Formats: sequence, C-alpha cells, structure tokens
Amino acid sequence: MSGPGEPKIRIRGLHKAFGEKRVLRGVDLDIGAGESMVVIGGSGTGKSVTVKCALGIVEPDSGSILIDGAESVGLKGAAREAVNARMGMLFQGGALFDSLPVWENVAFGLVAAGQRTRRDAKPVALETLAQVGLGPEVGDLMPAELSGGMQKRVALARAIAARPDIIFFDEPTTGLDPIMADVINDLIVECVRELGATALSITHDMASARKIADRIAMLHEGRIVWSGAVADIDASGNEFVDQFIHGRASGPIRMAVRR
Amino acid sequence: MNPLAAIGRAFLALLEAIGRLVLFAFAAVTHIVRPPFYPRALLRQMVDIGYYSLPVVALTTLFSGMVLALQSHTGFARFSAEGAVAGVVALSITRELAPVLAGLMVAGRVGASMAAELGTMRVTEQIDALSTLSTDPMKYLVAPRILAGFVMLPPLVLVGDVIGIFGGYIVGIYKLDFSPGAYIDQTWRFIEVRDVVSGLVKAAAFGFLVSLMGCYHGYRSAGGAQGVGRAATSAVVSSAILILVFNYVITELFFAK
Repeated sequence: MSGPGEPKIRIRGLHKAFGEKRVLRGVDLDIGAGESMVVIGGSGTGKSVTVKCALGIVEPDSGSILIDGAESVGLKGAAREAVNARMGMLFQGGALFDSLPVWENVAFGLVAAGQRTRRDAKPVALETLAQVGLGPEVGDLMPAELSGGMQKRVALARAIAARPDIIFFDEPTTGLDPIMADVINDLIVECVRELGATALSITHDMASARKIADRIAMLHEGRIVWSGAVADIDASGNEFVDQFIHGRASGPIRMAVRR
Repeated sequence: MNPLAAIGRAFLALLEAIGRLVLFAFAAVTHIVRPPFYPRALLRQMVDIGYYSLPVVALTTLFSGMVLALQSHTGFARFSAEGAVAGVVALSITRELAPVLAGLMVAGRVGASMAAELGTMRVTEQIDALSTLSTDPMKYLVAPRILAGFVMLPPLVLVGDVIGIFGGYIVGIYKLDFSPGAYIDQTWRFIEVRDVVSGLVKAAAFGFLVSLMGCYHGYRSAGGAQGVGRAATSAVVSSAILILVFNYVITELFFAK
C-alpha cells in the first residue's frame, strides 16, 4: 500500500516514441490513493499511450511509473501479471472477447487470476452485471448482440469484477449518446466510490471529465501542461486548458489540419 | 538512389523479418510446454482444424486419387505397365499429394481465419485486454492454435490417404476395368510404412507452419480492416510457400539416396 503522503501512482519523466514520432516527452503525474484523476487532451497527444505504459502494454523508452512506491516499468511475466491483477481497464471500444458470452467476458479476469473456478465465477459475473444495471439474461448473450451502451456497461463490469484497487478508463463515453454517456459516467463514479479504487481516466469529453474527476490534468504534446482540482479548471489561467475546455479553434493548440 | 544500398536494405529487412518470425515461433513453442495450459481453447482449435477441415481435405484427396489413376493409366498404357497404376496412386497420395494438398487446403481455410481472427482481436484491443486480465496472449491465443495444427494435421492426412487411395480404386475398378482384388493387392505390395510415415511427418510440419504463419501475421497485424486483410493474405501465401519448400526438404531427408 502507499505510504502516508505517497501517491498511489507516481509517473516521472515518461518518454515514448514510435519511430520518428515522439508521443510522450516527459510526463510527470501523481495520483493519490482513492483519487479520480482525469487526463484531458486532444487526439494524438499521448493519453492512451500513458495508460498503456502503466498497464505494461507499451514499454516506455525511459521514465518511471511507481505503483504503491514500487517500480512497474520493465516488469515481465508473473511480476507484471501480479501488478495487473490489481488493475482494471475499460477500453475505448470495449474490447470484449467476441467468442465468449457476456458472463465469461466479465468472469475472465477472476478465472485467469485463479480467484474463482469457471463455475464459481458465473454468479459473481451476474452480480457484477447487476451492479452496472444489466439483468442476468444478458449474461448468456454474445457481445455482438449488444448495443454500444450495453457493451460499455459489460466492459465496465469486466473492469471492476476482480475488485481492483486501480481502474483505468480510456474514453469511456466515446461513441455514446449524451444520455447513455451520463449513465456511464454515473456508473463509473458509483463503482469507483464503492470499491474505494484509484481511477485514471482519459477523455476529451469535458462533461464526462467534470462529472468523474476529483482532479484534472491536461496533456499536450506529450507533457502535462496543467493539473489541478476539477473546481479550478474554469479559472486555470492556462491558455491550453482554456482553449480546450471552450473548444476554440484559435489558440496555442494547433490541430494538424490542412486546408 | 544507390542500387547496392537498396539491395542491402532489402536483405537486412529480410533477415529482420526471419529473426522476428523465429523469435515468435520460439516464444510460442516455449508457451506450449509451460503452464498454465488452456485445454478448452486447445480443444476448440483441434475441432476447428481437424474436424471442420475433413470435408475439404476428403474432397481434395478423393478427386486427386481419381485423376491420378486416370492420368497414370494413360501414361503407363504406352509401356504396357497398367498394373503399376495402383502402386503409383498409393505412393503419390501417401508421400506427396495428401500432405501437400491437405496443408494447402488448411492454409486457405484455417491459416487465413486465424490471421483474420487474431488480427481483428489486435485492432479492436482484445489482445491488449487479455494482458490486463492476467492472461498472456501468446499462451492463450497462439500456443493452443500452433499445438492444434501440429497435432491435427497428421490424422487429417491419414484420412486423406485412405480417401485418396479409395478414389484411385473407384476409377481403377469402374473405369479402367481392374479387378478389385488385384487393385488392392497391388496397393499393398507397393506401399511401405515409410511412405505413410513420411507423409505424416510432413503433415505435422505443415500443420505447425500453417498455424504459425496464421498466428504470426494476425498477432502483428496493424492498420484496421486493411491490415487484417493483408494479414490473412500474407498468412496464406507464406504458408503455401513454406509448405512447398519444407515438402522438398522433408522428402530429401526421407528418400534421398
């Protein structure tokens, strides 16, 4: 567990380049235990890469990611699996396994980590589905039979089924109508609070960010350019944040658009 | 542009690709022998490769045996050696045609589908999701497929051997006027254990190669739907080429004087 005053997740000097493209250029970010941090920023600024580095899916070129004070960069095999077993992840597109029914998707992490046998995991999966507002009849459906909003709920159920103490949310409301987006936001807040988990979400949906965040950080060109409490964002005094939250085309952030 | 530099770059790229493939194959094989194992995933792949490929392999070998009997009869009639038809059919089917045709058919059916499935899982982040759920994707997705290909191709080819020889028998009896007893006797006299075993060894190698190429191209796929399509095509083409190359190598090992 984190020591007193020590953040749950501490990211320092994270760099990552894909070929010539330098995506992360020294990300520094602290997330306290039980805190809900939302990272905002435009497309291609490195939000997803930051989360994938934390999960070990992408290996950073340099930098450090301390989880409860222990280095997680460079972990492989069983050591990485042990760290990941304490984490949940909601992917942008859901990333549900097409070949498995909904309940097996939700129970997958429980069975894989050896916490439950396949048979014992089913009631837990159905209980978790109920937590995100889905009835037991959904458990036997295949992911392709669900609407986008239901798929997001199932993905959320999968992310929280093993009761992780850290949860990552990658664009949780992308592709949903505003009402369903709000439902998902409420569920995220509820689940994170109930689990007492630390949450790191990435989004460019400001309504979602305001609803689920305790603190917000803005990523621009691979660096955190501002971070602060959600209540302070409208008076951040940061020109990047101002342009982003008001959705203005003119300002210091230049989009790669050719006319 | 310096042509020598271009040739050098292409050669280095080829070496890099071979190195990547060999490392991938090595990782896959080590995952096959190290726990945890996924018997349900393995069984599903074995059924898909072995059972569902039966019709296409059966039809291919049946007609190959039939046409082989017809063609060899036409050729041997010139030397009054029609009696060798049964033996030639048996040898050709067991040593060459059944393993190569089954390998190519499975490459088209299973290799492409593996590449497309894993490629789709890659681009929809399902493979990343596995990593976040305490599951090594190489162990859960790749190892069972490669093991299933290696294990299921030999029985598939054995069935193909029987059906191919039966195809030759049908043409021999009903078209070329052989007596059933003489045809079967000729077949037994020509065929040796080594002929069948060499075909089964080829089958195991081809099964391994087809699954390996399907998994390799699918697992490394990138670039959305187009990338998945490219992965499926590459899996089939590379499997087909490797099957033909390794067919020669294994034949050389078994039968070279």
